[in-house]
Amino acid sequence: MEEVPQGCPGTGSAQAGRGASCQGCPNQRLCASGAGAAPDPAVEEIKEKLKTVKHKILVLSGKGGVGKSTFSAHLAHGLAEDENTQVALLDIDICGPSIPKMMGLEGEQVHQSGSGWSPVFLEDNLGVMSVGFLLSSPDDAVIWRGPKKNGMIKQFLRDVDWGEVDYLIVDTPPGTSDEHLSAVQYLSAAHIDGAVIITTPQEVSLQDVRKEISFCHKVKLPIIGVVENMSVFVCPKCKKESQIFPPTTGGAEVLCQDLKIPLLGKVPLDPHIGKSCDKGQSFLIDAPDSPAALAYRGIIQKIQEFCGLHQPKEQHLISS
Amino acid sequence: MLRAQGRAVHQCDGGWVPVYVDQEQSICLMSVGFLLENPDEAVVWRGPKKNALIKQFVSDVAWGQLDYLVVDTPPGTSDEHMATVDALRPYGPLGALVVTTPQAVSVGDVRRELTFCRKTGLRVLGVVENMSGFVCPHCAECTSIFSRGGGEELASHAGVPFLGSVPLDPELTKSLEEGRDFIREFPESPAFPALLSIAQKVLTEAPARVP
Repeated sequence: MEEVPQGCPGTGSAQAGRGASCQGCPNQRLCASGAGAAPDPAVEEIKEKLKTVKHKILVLSGKGGVGKSTFSAHLAHGLAEDENTQVALLDIDICGPSIPKMMGLEGEQVHQSGSGWSPVFLEDNLGVMSVGFLLSSPDDAVIWRGPKKNGMIKQFLRDVDWGEVDYLIVDTPPGTSDEHLSAVQYLSAAHIDGAVIITTPQEVSLQDVRKEISFCHKVKLPIIGVVENMSVFVCPKCKKESQIFPPTTGGAEVLCQDLKIPLLGKVPLDPHIGKSCDKGQSFLIDAPDSPAALAYRGIIQKIQEFCGLHQPKEQHLISS
Repeated sequence: MLRAQGRAVHQCDGGWVPVYVDQEQSICLMSVGFLLENPDEAVVWRGPKKNALIKQFVSDVAWGQLDYLVVDTPPGTSDEHMATVDALRPYGPLGALVVTTPQAVSVGDVRRELTFCRKTGLRVLGVVENMSGFVCPHCAECTSIFSRGGGEELASHAGVPFLGSVPLDPELTKSLEEGRDFIREFPESPAFPALLSIAQKVLTEAPARVP
């Protein structure tokens, strides 16, 4: 019986298909033929195309249902509140594209022009792209295997005419698989500022965050920090706090201390957040003084500070 | 979640031996988690490698005599889901339990999951609405944290049974974290009757078969 190869050297490695751990892997012949090692020309094309994009941020989570897309949507809303900041939100959750609904753009279609696909603009300074815009019905399922999803991601990065953008936010599905590898691979020449990892407080979620952090280290993706969602719930009637997802091992705070990674903030569970998302509205506008909105704003500011401190070399030259 | 972390998978003549989680050996488990040397290790695999493992999990594990095989899947409609349906097809799967939370954004994704079931010929046993309301332990006020009603509406729209709503209970989360038996320890929990009712509906659909 086949053992599952654990020490995969990576499809681009010189040992691909030839290493001892490759024996028995279904991809062994493909890798050994060298097909995995040849650089994809799209990587350079994407680097060129995204020269007009200053900062690229990946939003990751180990687990599903922790509020990653909600966070991505509100990161986009928050950054775009300054009308001089150009924001782009790219949804690469191919099977579960929830960004169009959250942004109130359900039913919108993508148009093509001479310079490529046009994103759907919510505001003049906030453009969105998602496979959701390519589906004709809300019941349509995208039943695609990895290679086809990867092709779509390549197109999103290479063929969308983003224009001059200050922040490109890439919302991902949960996990560490095709979509994540493809996003990192295709953006490898274009410089990603870093990843924001979303979690909820309980250990079952944190376990997957550790894997996500391990993924970031493996693919050399800088980590901007961790956001702990659904931290605490305040009862609207008696105003007392409850921990619905108890931090049995200290929550994201302890994890971040242990792994020396910044904790960007903790967002309390607020029923208004879900309601705003369902209506396709910005929760930051619907409930601007709520503790959750203030938490979001604090986190967004820290992300902006990180991006400001870590400008790629070319931009230092241009601005000096 | 089932207090089986760190256990090892052994081989026998019939294949991989699944990990038993209880003394009576009534529940056994298989997961890629058992094959990792380090629990913090990321499984960074593309589709084909995941598909191969799923096939092995179905055909190369010595499951023995089973009344029910429950397959927990990641979110989505991709490699893992197609591989599971393909691997189980020769064995006539009973069907799918589709889980959602109440809010529209979740239902929006789960509609596509139901389409996946239809397209792959997988019967839908029903929809379960999870995280359906939270009862404040201080004042007993019930708040619909993730909105309400979405699961039932979805089932009705798709013409499939609605199996029930499970409320949020922090004790359930804590139990899972600490690997305790929630059903034994918290029969008073608001989640318990909901979970029991759903289980009973599944049992009614397909009583354990007599060999």
